[in-house]
Amino acid sequence: MTGAGAVPKTGLPAVEVHDLTVAYRSNPVLWDVDLKVPEGRLVAIVGPNGAGKSTLLKTILGQVRQTTGWVQVYGEPYATRRSWVGYVPQRESVDWDFPTLAQDVVTMGLYGRIGWLRRPGRRHREIALSCLERLGIGHLAGRQISQLSGGQQQRVFLARALAQDARLYLMDEPLAGVDATTEKAITVVVVHHDLQTVPEYFDHVVLLNMRLVAAGAVEEVFTAENLQQTYGGRSSILTRAAEALFASKATLKE
Amino acid sequence: MEWTYTVRNVLVGSSLLGLTGGVLGCFALLRRQSLLSDALAHAALPGVCVAFLLTGSKSPEVLLAGAMVAGILGAFAILGVIRNSRIKEDAAIGIILSVFFGIGIVLLTWIQKLPSGNQSGLDRFLFGQAATMGTDDIRLLSAVTLLVLFAVVLFFKEFKLVSFDHGFGVSLGLPVKLLEFGLTSLLVLVVVIGLQMVGVVLMVATLLTPAAAARQWTDRLGAMLLVSGGIGAVSGSVGSLASATIPRVPTGPAIVLVSSVILVFSLMLAPRRGMVWAMLQDRLVERRIRRENLLKDLYLAGERGIGFGSWVTLPILMGYRGLSGSGLLRSARRLVKNSLLERSGDQLRLTADGIREAAKVVRKHRLWESYLSRRLELPPDHLHRDAEMMEHALSDEVVDDLDRRLGYPERDPHGKPIPREAS
Amino acid sequence: MSDTFVILLVGCMVASSCALVGTFLVLRKMALLGDAISHSVLPGIAIGFLLSQSRSSLVMVVGAGALGVLTVFLVERLQRSGRLYADASIGVVFPALFAVGVILISRYASMIDLDLDCVLYGEIAYTPWDLVVVAGTTVGPRAVWVTGLTLLLNLVVIGLFFKELKLVSFDPGLCEALGFRPVRLHYLLMALVSVTVVAAFESVGAILVVAMLVVPPCVAYLLVDRLVLMLATAVASGCIAVFAGYGLARVLDGSIAGGMAVAAGGLFILAFLLSPRYGLIASWIRRRRAVGRYPAQ
Repeated sequence: MTGAGAVPKTGLPAVEVHDLTVAYRSNPVLWDVDLKVPEGRLVAIVGPNGAGKSTLLKTILGQVRQTTGWVQVYGEPYATRRSWVGYVPQRESVDWDFPTLAQDVVTMGLYGRIGWLRRPGRRHREIALSCLERLGIGHLAGRQISQLSGGQQQRVFLARALAQDARLYLMDEPLAGVDATTEKAITVVVVHHDLQTVPEYFDHVVLLNMRLVAAGAVEEVFTAENLQQTYGGRSSILTRAAEALFASKATLKE
Repeated sequence: MEWTYTVRNVLVGSSLLGLTGGVLGCFALLRRQSLLSDALAHAALPGVCVAFLLTGSKSPEVLLAGAMVAGILGAFAILGVIRNSRIKEDAAIGIILSVFFGIGIVLLTWIQKLPSGNQSGLDRFLFGQAATMGTDDIRLLSAVTLLVLFAVVLFFKEFKLVSFDHGFGVSLGLPVKLLEFGLTSLLVLVVVIGLQMVGVVLMVATLLTPAAAARQWTDRLGAMLLVSGGIGAVSGSVGSLASATIPRVPTGPAIVLVSSVILVFSLMLAPRRGMVWAMLQDRLVERRIRRENLLKDLYLAGERGIGFGSWVTLPILMGYRGLSGSGLLRSARRLVKNSLLERSGDQLRLTADGIREAAKVVRKHRLWESYLSRRLELPPDHLHRDAEMMEHALSDEVVDDLDRRLGYPERDPHGKPIPREAS
Repeated sequence: MSDTFVILLVGCMVASSCALVGTFLVLRKMALLGDAISHSVLPGIAIGFLLSQSRSSLVMVVGAGALGVLTVFLVERLQRSGRLYADASIGVVFPALFAVGVILISRYASMIDLDLDCVLYGEIAYTPWDLVVVAGTTVGPRAVWVTGLTLLLNLVVIGLFFKELKLVSFDPGLCEALGFRPVRLHYLLMALVSVTVVAAFESVGAILVVAMLVVPPCVAYLLVDRLVLMLATAVASGCIAVFAGYGLARVLDGSIAGGMAVAAGGLFILAFLLSPRYGLIASWIRRRRAVGRYPAQ
C-alpha cells in the first residue's frame, strides 16, 4: 500500500484530453472536448443526465472508443499507464448476486499485478483485507456481496480501486469515503451529482454537457453563470447550489 | 438391465457431458447467456448439414466442426443484430434460433432425399441418440472435457472477472474480448458435442439446470463450478441408467428430468436460500409479531388505568384487533411458558418480566412515531400504522440510537409517555 | 380446394395469428417466453391426447393451454423469488416440461399416433388430406378449421383489448395505475400465445412456430413505428414469408415449414439492411453525413 507521500509528483497533467469526440451510432455524446486535469487534485465532473460524464471516464479508460481526438494519462496513452489508474464503476454496472465474497471482489484489483496463470495468494488476500479495513468494512470481508447494503457495496468497489494502488482514481460514482484516498500526489476524478457539496469536497471542477463548458479551480469556474450554461438554467437545485456556493465563499472571505 | 457395452458407453458419455455442461453452464448462467446457449444449439444444425454436403463424411469430427462454425456464426449474428438495429436481445435470439434452425431443417430434408443422404443419421442431432455412441464419440468427449476443465482451471480468475465486471477487466488491460470469445467457443464446443446425445431442445438444460441448482448451495464461484459439475455428472449417470432400465424412456429427457428434480429440491431446501426455510422464517416472524402485539395490548390496557399486571379478560383482548380467542391463546401459551404472562381461565395478565418486555415494544412504537413526526413532519394521524410495523423490526441498538438522536423525549407526538428501560 | 391452396391458406392463417400475438411479445421483450411456451405445451398435448384418444379434440387444446399458462407462472415465480435470473428461469423451465412431454410420448407411442418429428417441425404438406367429416359429409380440411378459428379468436381478443394491450406493452406501471390489472392482461396474452402455438403445432411444428412468432413482428418493428401499422406489417410479412417459403420448399424439395422460416429470415435481412429509418445502410449513410455536422454552437 502507499505510505504517506510515497508517490513523488511527476509534473505531468494526470489526464489530458484533446479534441475528443465520442458518438454512439450517429449521436454524439461528447463533442470536441479539450481538458487538462492537473496532478494531485480532487476533481468533480458535473453535468446534467446524459451529459457524457460516464462516457468521458470510460473513454479515458479505453472502454469506449473515440471517434476523433486522443487521451493521455500522465503524458502517455492509457495502455502504458494502466497500472497507475484505479477505477470505480457505477454500482449498477454489475450483478450483485454474483457468487463471490467482498474480499474476492477487492482482490480483483490486484489481478493486473498477479498476472496470468497464477492464483491470488495469501499476501494478496491480506492486501485486500487491509483495503477493506481502511474503509471501515474489514468485518464484511467474508460476506457474499448481495448481503451488503448499497453504501457497503460502493465501498467494496472503492476498496478494489485502493487495492490497485494507483495515483489516478477515476470514479463513476459519487462516494462517501473519498477522503480515504487523499494524499498529496494522488489525483481523484469523481462523477458527482450533488452540486451543493462540490465546493465542500473538491478543489477542481469539470462542467460538462456534451461539450466542455468550463474546467478549473472550483472558486474560479463553479459560478452561477457556468452552471446556468451547463444545466440550461432550469433546475431549482441549481439556484440553491449557487446560493450555497456564494454563502460559502462569503464565509471564506470573512 | 444388462450391463452391455452400449450401456457403459452411454453411462460414461452422459456423465462426462453432465460434468462439462455443468461447469460451463455456470458461466453461461452468470453471464446471462442462458438463452444464447439455446440459440447456439439450434444454430448448429445447418452447420452439420453443410459439413455433410461438402465432405460427404459422417465422421463426428467433421460434422462437429461444421456445427461449431455455424454456432459461432449464430452467436456473432445475434450480436450483430443487437448492435446494429433497434431489435432487442430476446427477439434477436429468437430470430437467429428459428431461422438457422429453419435452414437446418430445409437442408436436412433435402439431404434425406439425396441417394447418399438416405442413411446419413443426421437426424440424431435433432433429438439426440445417446445409444448410438461409439468408442470414438467417448474419446472425443473425453478430450473436450479435459480441454474445458484445463481451460477453466488455468483461467479461473480471468473468467471470473470477465463474468462479474467486464468493464473493470478492460480497464485492467485484460484481453476481455478474447477471453469472452474463448468462453463462448468452449460453450459452443460443449453444445455441439451434447447435441447428438440429448438433442437440440434439451441441450440448454444440460448447461443451465445443474448451474441453477448449484447456485442455491454456495456463494462462491469455485464451489459453484464444482457442485454444478457434480450435479451434472450425477444427473447424467442416473438419467442414463434409468433410461437403460425403463423401457422406452429416451436418455436425453431422462437426464434433464433428473437434473430438474435436483433443481426443484435445491430451490426448496438449500440452506439459507431454500424457499421452505424462507417460509418457515416468515411464519416465525409472524408468530413473534402476534406475541409482541398481545404483550403490547395488555400493557396499553394497564396504561389506560386498570394498572399494569392486572387481569384482562379474553373477550376484551379479542376486541382490540378482531382476533379469534384460540389464536390469542396460542400466542399466550408460549408467553406463559416464558413466564411473561399468567393465565387463569379466560383471563391474562403480565408478570413483572412481561411488563418490562411490553414496555420495550411500546417504546419502539412511540419512539418511531416521534421520529417520523419530527423528521418527516407527518401529521399525527399518519404515524400509527407505520410504527405498528416498525416496532417489530427495529433492533435494540437502533432504538437506543433513535432515542439519543431525538434527545430522549418524554412523550410521543400523541402525548403518551415513552417508557424508559427499567434501570 | 387444391392442395396448394389449402397449404397456403393454413400457412397464412398460422402466420397471421402468430404475427398478431408475436407483435406484443416482441414489444414487451418477451419473445423467448413465446419460444418457451412453444416447447412446454408438449406434455399438455400428450396428456390431452392420451385422455381423449383423438387429435382434434378440445381436450388437447385445453391441456396445451394449461401447460402454457403453467410455464408462464413457473417462470415468473422463479424470477420473482430472486433465486434465479429471468433468462435462466425460462431456460430451466421449458426443457423440463418438454422432457416430460417427450417421455410421455415415447412411453405411450403405441397408443399415440403422434410422432416427435411432426411435433418439432410439423408437416403442413399433409394438411389437405386430413379432412373433417360432420354427419357423413366432409366439410374441409381440419387444419383450415383449427387455424381459422384460432385466427378469429386472436382477432377478437386483440380487437377487444387493443388499447389495454397497447398500454401494457408500453408502460405496465401506468397500466396498473389506471386500474387495468397488467397481470391479468399478461396471462390473457400468454393464454392466447399458448392456443396459437398449439394450433400452429401440427402445421409448422414447435420450433418453427418461434420463427412465425418473432421474425415477422421484428421485420415490422424495423419498418414502422405505430402499433396498428406494426400489426398489419407483421401479418403481411408473415404471409409473404409463407408464399416465398412454399416456393423455396418446392424448388429444393425440402420441408415446407423450414422453407417458411428461411423466407422469414430473408425478409428480416432485407428489412435489417434496407429499412429507410432503422436499416443498416440508412444509418450508415446518416453517420457519414453526421461527421462534419454539429458545428460550433
